[in-house]
Amino acid sequence: MSERRLADLLAMWRVRAFEEKVRELRLAGPIVGSVHLCIGQEAIPVGACDVLEPEDALFATYRGHGWALARGVPAERMFAELLGRETGVNGGRGGSAYFTAAEYGFHGENSIVGAGAPIACGAALAGRYDGSNRAAVTVFGDGAMNQGAVHEAMNFAAAFSLPVVFVCENNRYSELTPIADMVRTSRLADRAAAYGMPGYRIDGNDVEAVRFHVRDALEVAKENGGPTLLECMTERIVGHYIGDAENYRKPGEMDRIRAREPIARLRAGLLADGVPADEVDAVEARARAEMETAAAAALAAPFADPATAREHLYA
Amino acid sequence: MPETRKLNYGEAVNAALHRLMAELPETLVYGEDVGLPGGVFGVTRGLRKQFGDRAFDTPISESAILGSAVGAAMMGRRPIVEIMWADFSLVALDQIVNQAANVRYVSGGRLTAPMTIRTQQGNAPGACAQHSQCLEALFLHVPGLRVCMPSTPQDAYDLLVTAVHCDDPVLVIENRTLYFGAKEEVTVGGPVQPMGGARVRRHGSDVTVVAWGAMTARVLDAAEALAADGIEVEVLETPWLNPFDTEAVLASAGRTGRLAVVHEANVTGGFGAEVVARVAGAGVPLLAPPIRVGAPDVRMPAAPILAQALLPDADRIAGEVRALVKG
Repeated sequence: MSERRLADLLAMWRVRAFEEKVRELRLAGPIVGSVHLCIGQEAIPVGACDVLEPEDALFATYRGHGWALARGVPAERMFAELLGRETGVNGGRGGSAYFTAAEYGFHGENSIVGAGAPIACGAALAGRYDGSNRAAVTVFGDGAMNQGAVHEAMNFAAAFSLPVVFVCENNRYSELTPIADMVRTSRLADRAAAYGMPGYRIDGNDVEAVRFHVRDALEVAKENGGPTLLECMTERIVGHYIGDAENYRKPGEMDRIRAREPIARLRAGLLADGVPADEVDAVEARARAEMETAAAAALAAPFADPATAREHLYA
Repeated sequence: MPETRKLNYGEAVNAALHRLMAELPETLVYGEDVGLPGGVFGVTRGLRKQFGDRAFDTPISESAILGSAVGAAMMGRRPIVEIMWADFSLVALDQIVNQAANVRYVSGGRLTAPMTIRTQQGNAPGACAQHSQCLEALFLHVPGLRVCMPSTPQDAYDLLVTAVHCDDPVLVIENRTLYFGAKEEVTVGGPVQPMGGARVRRHGSDVTVVAWGAMTARVLDAAEALAADGIEVEVLETPWLNPFDTEAVLASAGRTGRLAVVHEANVTGGFGAEVVARVAGAGVPLLAPPIRVGAPDVRMPAAPILAQALLPDADRIAGEVRALVKG
């Protein structure tokens, strides 16, 4: 049992160490542009990707680095993508907010809020004709629950019983605005009933809870039971983007968030179960070392060739 | 084997869809009312019966229709989706412009979106302002999309076949005033035609008139009337707008020394401006400044008598071209 939890801890630390290195590179200069970190939300991609099959499709958002890493996209190629290098997963065409790596089962980030949900329906629909037993997972934030495209996608998936898992990462803020101020009923999972699908609000800071519910939803989806909405409660420990002044935070809020964030929580659990501290903390060191090496390799790679900027527009 | 059939424009689209569904098992046809009802114009009739659940009806959800087409195409299907009116695409432009058009480019070609969007546009008597717009210029501004506008039954067949065989997102803009037109001999079952190209619909030496879509027939009528006045019009139809056969326009305008571009869309920002700019930019010597003939920059009124006051018809086209030639 503690072996799996150590593996979860490592997977979460890989995400966090990646994100912290990205923040360092963004603040130092080599990475430019908008960057949205998922620090604090690591348990959701780690738990979900653990139960995805290679044939399943995964559509994330601009806060998608953790999802890509957890799905198996190599960190070095992700750093290279954010750094605009030739060796990036998209050779620098996608950037931090819109890269894809279908060869790893990661069908892309999306920097339009809610846009991935209808696309995921299509990936699921395709599975009905190609003999695969593919399910599609689409990830979005609480803010996307107020987008028309997400509503259309939920109804479309439900009407046709498509194998889609709608994963809502509810970090309580729609960008910079509290979601609670933007809806009249705060339990977003309750909306699922209106589409005729199951909806659950779960603890998104608990890897095991995420794994359990995503596995269950995938099973239902693949047995022709239709879509599920999972509202995963979480919080980001960082701003909406690097540079966000976070003046919307309330006094004491960050202390409360840190007290229940998923990595500290899992670490405390492992220690309480008697796993030696040096064994637990070696996981962090290992993840950080991996990301340092990956970032260094990406920084040493050549920039994307400007002569290729017009390529790949059409077949 | 190729064969010839007498088909009107709508029937030609239908024949193309039947062929494509038969020859490409990865195709799907779906949209609002396209399955059991066979489409509001009857264009998808028979597909559900013949191909079962590969042809189906959807909720009135353009974002879901277009977005699911992007996702299905990424996964190896070749969806042919219908947006009942081009005006309705505006509620879901994100899936066309931000999503479909980006897939190949951003992934460096590792992910593609081979999907065809069939729609129809333009004014028909009594249509309101939200069912009358000509939006091709909007889509022609978007790199990554292919756009065509068939005007004959043969083109309605050929262009759709080419579009669906294309590995990129293609927008096929039909015109509902053409669906129930005269039956013509249409060759079906022939080889897939290459994308692009222009066609000289009438040879002439005094002026080149470039047209596409439903305006082509009106331009041909105008050319006939002008011939009686001794003005020989070269009518160049460009059914493909992306890729656009600029060379054909340059060559024809170079021969005649005069250029008019006619489209039903309103003139400002219309694709006619782009055609004129390309000819000007290429330095083709012209005897007179080129002209654009289109709807004026107003909304489209429902009353036929008001709409007719705005839309280019054969008389107005002939008048403007005559003025261009006579100076």
